[in-house]
Amino acid sequence: MNASSLAKAVIDGILTGGVYALMAAGLTLIFGVMDIINIAQGALIVLGAYMSYVLSVHLGIDLFLGLIITIPAFFVLGVFIEWAFMRRLRDQERTAMSILVTYAVAIIIEGILSVIFGADFVQLQASYINSSFHLLGFYLPYIYVFGFLLALVLLGVLYYILYRTHFGRGVRGSLQNRSAAELIGVNVNRVRALSVGIGVSVTAAGGMVFGATNSFNPSSGYDLISRLLSIVILGGLGSIGGALVAAVFMVTLEDVVAVVWSPVWATLVYYASLIVVLSFMPNGLFGRAAVRAQ
Amino acid sequence: MTARLPFRALLVGVAIVILGVFPLVFSNPTTTSIAVFTLIFMVAASSWNMFSGYSGYIALGHAVYFGVGAYALTLLANHLGFAAGWGVFALVPVAGIIAGLVAIPTGVIALRARRHTFVVITIAFMFIFQLAASNFAFTGGSSGLQPPTPLWSAASYNDHFYYVAAVILVATVLLSWLVRRSRFGLQLFAIRDDEERARGLGVRVGRVKLSAFVLSAIPIGMVGGVYAYFLGQIFPQFAFDPLFDLSIALMAFIGGLGTVWGPLLGALVLESLQQYFTVQSGASQVYLIIYGGLFLAVILLLPRGLIPSVEDLIRRWRTRGGAQDRATEEGGGDRTADVVKAAGAR
Repeated sequence: MNASSLAKAVIDGILTGGVYALMAAGLTLIFGVMDIINIAQGALIVLGAYMSYVLSVHLGIDLFLGLIITIPAFFVLGVFIEWAFMRRLRDQERTAMSILVTYAVAIIIEGILSVIFGADFVQLQASYINSSFHLLGFYLPYIYVFGFLLALVLLGVLYYILYRTHFGRGVRGSLQNRSAAELIGVNVNRVRALSVGIGVSVTAAGGMVFGATNSFNPSSGYDLISRLLSIVILGGLGSIGGALVAAVFMVTLEDVVAVVWSPVWATLVYYASLIVVLSFMPNGLFGRAAVRAQ
Repeated sequence: MTARLPFRALLVGVAIVILGVFPLVFSNPTTTSIAVFTLIFMVAASSWNMFSGYSGYIALGHAVYFGVGAYALTLLANHLGFAAGWGVFALVPVAGIIAGLVAIPTGVIALRARRHTFVVITIAFMFIFQLAASNFAFTGGSSGLQPPTPLWSAASYNDHFYYVAAVILVATVLLSWLVRRSRFGLQLFAIRDDEERARGLGVRVGRVKLSAFVLSAIPIGMVGGVYAYFLGQIFPQFAFDPLFDLSIALMAFIGGLGTVWGPLLGALVLESLQQYFTVQSGASQVYLIIYGGLFLAVILLLPRGLIPSVEDLIRRWRTRGGAQDRATEEGGGDRTADVVKAAGAR
């Protein structure tokens, strides 16, 4: 081990962490607003990757340009999922039931993708995916840098919507206290549907970057969901900034452990550190209290 | 109630007889193999329900105890030089006890948290054990381990595992039924309904939750051992499988969370269907869509699960014209009174 490979691990960790934050942003938003654990997030990411795949292979549309199509499509899908499934869950036992309902949605998405695409692994292709540039003695892959920048832009937009608009105030209000929000005239059902729509549409972008940086097949979502859940819980439910910090922290930790100790134990340390942090901070790094203070 | 008790006893008797004669009637090895897997999942769902269904804490990491049981049986059988045969089954209770011992520290840590955080910590434990099993040398790494293979004739090979799993099933259901009827069970339901209130009424919340958690890990460890012995090999990904957790939760939900019979019905239907479709290879992708759709329909149309919904229907049919049962239907008030009794009785 030397200082250079350690620095490289930190840089990789930060860039990959940004991508994970993008994938986790929708999850934390839905989590915070709806009190729902969306197990389908992994399947939605894979669906997003396949949509970008179809657009780029069959229609020749650039991956980043294709987001102009996939993001609105995913918004509609999100509103539909909220209306069709999530809204019907009773308030009591909502969390428990949501795990099962969204797992069912994940199974259906996986089944449909399997019928269409089969079980073979594919990866998105573009000129910037396999090339990298030289900066301060490090080789940085373009796709990770682009993905990281995209993550920052979209998380920034999300943050702006949540904390600087009237709609965002409604979202945060219904997150903190549903009945109080209703009393002061927030249409909670509409806010929830739009929040899930926004959360799912961000996931379309996360799926594209995931597909560009990993090879995937219809069942790839299950490996992702546990990581994303741990990021979201560590960051604090509903906190976009928390998700970013937690994602960067966790992925960097994993990369550094892989360099200084051994790659085979890195993921184990990832989950073990999650348990340690949550044992002392059960609300995560930026839990409800921090959200309320802002 | 008085009229229903003998009817229920009769139903249980019929179920046990069917359980006993099933391999004699359907002796085709493909069928008995499906039956063994189904029994294993019936135990797992019922046992999971004993903690998660009764206490309301949804644990998605019970695959840890399934895998620990599987590895414990395999390692003990190989290192203690057990000859392949009936003798290995003597290790099944040991596998259960080891799983229970592992559940103590993991339960203590996980149960410090609530709700979402609890769910995620149990998932994290599952991955820690899976990764540890694929990296340690004594677990054989990612290539796994092989328990001894018995030299039973192919025609009756599955029957041995069937009857062992059936005995574990009967014991687990009995345990679940006893817990549900006991003061301990009432305390768990009190925690599910309102943990702070239960604590205020004198329930020792931490101790009760941990006891149920450990208790529910033991039968799962036992069937984990049976599973390893039945398959003849064990890999980290199969022993510690995240889908195992979702499957048993799903089975319990579809049948009726927190009921004694619901998880059994859910596991019976779902696992036998899934095994059947797996055997009929090729249909597995379409099966996923059907499975997911069916599952959504049940959750959205019968949110309390099959057994409670059907019971409601029967009760409504019996009390047609009279509303005397309306008040006790939800049982919220009664339950609180029972908790007071339970707390005062110590």
